[in-house]
Amino acid sequence: MRRFVLRRAAYAAVSLFLLSITIFLFVRVTGDPTVLLVEPGASQDDLDALRTELGLDRSLLVQYGTFLRDVVQGDFGRSFYYRTPVLELYVSRLPNSLLLALAAMVFSLLIGIPSGIMAAVRVGGWWDSAGKMFALLGLSMPSFWVGLLLILFFSVYLGWLPSSGSGTALHLVMPAFALGWYFAAAHMRLARSSMLEVLGSEYVKLARLKGLPEARVIAKHAFKNALIPVLTLAGINLVLMVNVAVVVETVFAWPGIGRLLYEGIAFRDFPVVQATVLLGGTMIVVVNLVIDLLYAVIDPRIRYER
Amino acid sequence: MSADPASPSATTGTPAVFRLPRIRTEGLPLVPIAILLVLVVLAVFADVVAPYNPEVGSLAQRFKPPAWVAGGSTEYLLGTDHIGRDVLSRLIFGARVSMMVGFTAVVIAGVLGSTLGILSGYLGGWVDQVVMRVTDTWLALPALTFAIFLAAIVGPSEWNIVIILGAVYWTRYARVIRGEVLSLKERDFVRLAIVAGCSKWTIMRRHLLPNVANTAIVLATLMLGVVIVSEAALSFLGVGVPPPKPAWGLMLADGKKGLMAGYWWLTVFPGVCIVLMVLAANLLGDWLRVKLDPQLRQL
Repeated sequence: MRRFVLRRAAYAAVSLFLLSITIFLFVRVTGDPTVLLVEPGASQDDLDALRTELGLDRSLLVQYGTFLRDVVQGDFGRSFYYRTPVLELYVSRLPNSLLLALAAMVFSLLIGIPSGIMAAVRVGGWWDSAGKMFALLGLSMPSFWVGLLLILFFSVYLGWLPSSGSGTALHLVMPAFALGWYFAAAHMRLARSSMLEVLGSEYVKLARLKGLPEARVIAKHAFKNALIPVLTLAGINLVLMVNVAVVVETVFAWPGIGRLLYEGIAFRDFPVVQATVLLGGTMIVVVNLVIDLLYAVIDPRIRYER
Repeated sequence: MSADPASPSATTGTPAVFRLPRIRTEGLPLVPIAILLVLVVLAVFADVVAPYNPEVGSLAQRFKPPAWVAGGSTEYLLGTDHIGRDVLSRLIFGARVSMMVGFTAVVIAGVLGSTLGILSGYLGGWVDQVVMRVTDTWLALPALTFAIFLAAIVGPSEWNIVIILGAVYWTRYARVIRGEVLSLKERDFVRLAIVAGCSKWTIMRRHLLPNVANTAIVLATLMLGVVIVSEAALSFLGVGVPPPKPAWGLMLADGKKGLMAGYWWLTVFPGVCIVLMVLAANLLGDWLRVKLDPQLRQL
């Protein structure tokens, strides 16, 4: 077990290291950010001064060294555009992203779990077919188009919901739906297949043999166990939602992390782009590590595998 | 799957023909094939089919609704956009962009991922370690975020998008194909080939590659939809295909300008095109998966 934990932790560390190098190198290829930060017509001296101030005149290795040291200390530099520490910006946007992700998650589970279970209970029935259709559409419709259609219908025609911004619960409805739609389909598929697996197991057969009514077999015996894989996936997806909402947040002008990344790219704001992508990747590496370890605690077979 | 352990080519060294997977035609998914076929034909013959130049419009004709809506005319069947360009023509040329980007990116990702997957699975050791660590790192970044990040760096152009999407999505092939190779390399036909004195290179090329081809084809079909949506998202955000070009994602970005004024056709039609294409690719991929590769059924 100890060896397993150490190996997994080492893998995660290597991933984080590669991640930082990848991002650092890619960002430095972007071009010269100083040009975008000064008024048009600034003198060469001004540019040079700014470059020195930002540390862009030193060698790549030195820049990476400083970068890594600072990152470990939680210092992601100052945003070129906002002129405030990037971490502060990131932290101020994080709650919005989490809120959106949580709302989208609740929505996706509320749709995904019951419909997946109902599809599994009556395989081949009309509900199963409708569910398949829904899942297929959910996985094929780009979230930002869903968002645009929602705006068209609920903001433009009906005038019920605000088309952009944040602040009230009403602002949350459409972005959460647009973001959760895809995940609802994924959760539904998994709920269906995991329910089918559970329904075929011995203890469910036993419960039926005991003469329990079917509704009770499904609700009490099968449901709980079928839920485990879905909730595991939901945990991973929640982290993913925080990080893939770029397009949805852009459509709805939702002030989250995705929007921050978009702004960083639009303004060529090095530190912001770097921090957003790096922190996103880190979040996912860490969550994957935690899940691996939790599985190993639960299931001894995994510990001994290569 | 037609893995053939007793294939004489494994021992005698006669050139193994790269066999196309045999597909039984019953239950062929006609609808997705028809959709893809129509889109391919439109993409290829866009110059002939499209009624107008997709990149030029006249401001006098801006925001014309589709022909069947009051105020629309049969001149512009699906209406015009914010600078008076014909929506139908832009959709038709947009099919060309999506197809081009989608197919090439999938092929690049497939070739790169399959090659690295086979190398890493068969050679093992440090090659495997390096490839798998890089794969893990790549996969840790959400694909779309990573693509947006790269696109913002190299700047918008059609070919850059192709390369970026190829570079982002190869990891999925590498993972799955490495797994396949790990089990294939324990099989008798590979062992016999080693005994017969085949070089590692020959084994990978002649004995492993044909056997993972089915998996690669299934993955490629399923990946097509993902790649097309990614391209649309990048173009929508302004880091994809550059402006006057007619790309569906770009049309949606333009359409957003007329959204609050209720010019619905600019938002609805390009989206419908994207969904049709992605849906067709997904349906075809699901069907191929069941037909070609029973092991992938649960995927």
